[in-house]
Amino acid sequence: MTSSSSNRIWIWVPLVLFVGIAALAAFMLTQPKDEFVKSQMIGKPLPEFALRAATEDRPGVTIEHFRDGKPKLLNVWASWCFPCIAEAPQLEELRANGAEIIGVAIRDRPADVATFLARHGNPYSRIGADDRSEIQLELGSSGVPETFVIDGQGIIRHQHIGDIRESDVSALLQQLRDAR
Amino acid sequence: MIRAFALAIALFAAPLFAQSAVPPAPYAYTQLDDPALEAEATALMLTLRCLKCQSQSIADSDAPMAGDMRHQVRVRIQAGQSPDEIRAWLVERYGDYVSYQPEASATTWPLFAIPALLLAVVFLVLMRRLGRVRSDGGVAP
Repeated sequence: MTSSSSNRIWIWVPLVLFVGIAALAAFMLTQPKDEFVKSQMIGKPLPEFALRAATEDRPGVTIEHFRDGKPKLLNVWASWCFPCIAEAPQLEELRANGAEIIGVAIRDRPADVATFLARHGNPYSRIGADDRSEIQLELGSSGVPETFVIDGQGIIRHQHIGDIRESDVSALLQQLRDAR
Repeated sequence: MIRAFALAIALFAAPLFAQSAVPPAPYAYTQLDDPALEAEATALMLTLRCLKCQSQSIADSDAPMAGDMRHQVRVRIQAGQSPDEIRAWLVERYGDYVSYQPEASATTWPLFAIPALLLAVVFLVLMRRLGRVRSDGGVAP
């Protein structure tokens, strides 16, 4: 008798498990998907690299420019990228607050870069051209725009994915101070 | 009619916004000369995730970034790197997410352990039942 009553309870276990898993799946379907692929390179050094100038206005970039002791922002962008237009005022604000911003233009033509900068402002001290996403892949960056905080020794300290909003500016300035 | 027209416009306009103007990297759409190396590169590319179009492999995707990743794979294979080295190079930068080939790690071990555990439970239950049948003289409970 005891064995048959315990059997009766055990018979519900698969159903309860199934309902539990189905409920979990249903719940997860209602959750927003996190589409950001975070870089695993935080705390690691930039690779050795040298990029030609992306436009006549500004010089190119090498790893040495990130090793002069002063933390900087490395902004991965492109003239063909719409969110990059949206973040242009915030980059200008960062620059006005003392941030040095080095740009890396992904798969871009000098003429397009010049047009973009003339239209949306030029907050960059240097802009390197990354024609084959080589530096982007080394950074663990998966899209444009992305902004990295690099300390004075060329170590990657922070990654901001997507366009910089007004609300992100003070946090990025703080990240720059922390990287000292 | 208007809807069809709008759809046609959208189909033509969308790719223009998505693409960059620079020609693709040399080995984005060009195979390696050595068929054995190309086969090795293709097998690897089928198991690497396109980061811009996350449900495709870089072999399947026409996104410019996927082309740049194929270029990296082919150039590195030609330079003598092994597929595992190239996968490790990408995983070091993007995490397990970039690879479609499952690896046992601190976060993924339950995926491998749970089926083995379930099989063990099934085996134990079966042994108990069959053992009981035999000791009862062939009558099922």
